[in-house]
Amino acid sequence: MSAILDHLPEFWEGLIVTLQLTAASFLGAAVVGLVITAMRVSPVGVLRGIGTAYVETFQNLPLLVLLVLAVFGLPEIGIKADLLVTAIVVIALYEAAYIAEALRSGVNAVSAGQGEAARALGLTFGQSLRHVILPQALRTVIQPLGNIFIALTMNTSLAAAIGVVDLTAAANRVNLMEAQPIPIFVGAGLAYALIAACAGFVTGRLERRLVMVR
Amino acid sequence: MIQVQGLNKWFGDHHVLRDIDLEVAQGEVVVVIGPSGSGKSTLCRCLNRLETAGSGDILIDGVPAPVEGRELARLRADVGMVFQSFNLFQHKSVLENVMLAPVKVRGVSRTEAESTARRLLARVGIAEQADKLPAQLSGGQQQRAAIARALAMRPKVMLFDEPTSALDPEMVGEVLDVMVQLAADGMTMVVVTHEMGFARRAADRVVFMDGGQIVETGEPNAFFEAPTTDRARDFLAKVLTH
Repeated sequence: MSAILDHLPEFWEGLIVTLQLTAASFLGAAVVGLVITAMRVSPVGVLRGIGTAYVETFQNLPLLVLLVLAVFGLPEIGIKADLLVTAIVVIALYEAAYIAEALRSGVNAVSAGQGEAARALGLTFGQSLRHVILPQALRTVIQPLGNIFIALTMNTSLAAAIGVVDLTAAANRVNLMEAQPIPIFVGAGLAYALIAACAGFVTGRLERRLVMVR
Repeated sequence: MIQVQGLNKWFGDHHVLRDIDLEVAQGEVVVVIGPSGSGKSTLCRCLNRLETAGSGDILIDGVPAPVEGRELARLRADVGMVFQSFNLFQHKSVLENVMLAPVKVRGVSRTEAESTARRLLARVGIAEQADKLPAQLSGGQQQRAAIARALAMRPKVMLFDEPTSALDPEMVGEVLDVMVQLAADGMTMVVVTHEMGFARRAADRVVFMDGGQIVETGEPNAFFEAPTTDRARDFLAKVLTH
């Protein structure tokens, strides 16, 4: 136990970095995911193609591979970014593919008549998506989005592999000094579990509040 | 107001509309009847291009209907549509349903859109339902809300695609009453329906379709009393005996 208590500042700093990674990359993933969803359901074939290619690419590559490629590949093409920023961007782009698929399933769950009614009133495709389709789609996929958030939280620990000192890296460092892996990693695990539990609580509340009578 | 010339439409190999020619004058109420699968709903949906036509021309107010994009959206803003399944936006209150398009498409201020919406909801007799969600309304009330939503855009033409077919029998009347009133107010209307009573009462002209073709068209009294084609006589015999 003292292995953890003696190193609380290190754990705390690691936890802050993990929270930064999680929040920033989820935000980025949500924005990119929304754009990809709009492309995938758009009437323009080229946009649908790009959207599909995006999802296929990022869902078919391991996140760790993408992270390593970005860290070593970006400097090769002259882009030098902070490791934390690199990790946030890569995780955001990766998770965006999953968010896009969750949102698209929500869009498909909205009856075709809703879009027809919106278009019949003179709303453009973008307007019907924004004001009619997506608000309803979002309500049906809150739970899957919550799951993606939790998976993303866990995935941020891969950033440790490219040198970002997040909670996992911090735990690893403390373990190198204290050599007590069980309590140290159980402690780190509990911190992750706490984040996940908060996410579960929030999605549960949101789902009940936004439930839509049909 | 509406001119359709040589309209053809296929669903795969199925030829659903065959050489349709139709003119609807300003202020005219045209009721389209016919058996299921005769293409009448498809025709109605082609008029605002919810269905793409295979070939032929559609002119609204003398202007060829654009095929896609913003011009098409602008055309649809002038052509109101009422669906069989109401299609009210489920996540918005009745009032917001009616306000959405005027605010987003016409750029009307929210205050103005709200007063117009409340006036229209009163006109269709559901003023007190304004703040409810669609799912909290009866079918008849939902359809009247949908009519108010279409009217809020001040359309030049109103299309009705079997507006009473999904309603319980006792609610059909309240929707038809609104439509009769609308027709009396001079609205140009194309109504696809199975309600022969409405056709007699409100139509200026009845169009009878079968097998994707317009088989017969005429003034309602003449059509119902003395249809000239066998197919129409046969159809009327079946629907009017009960």
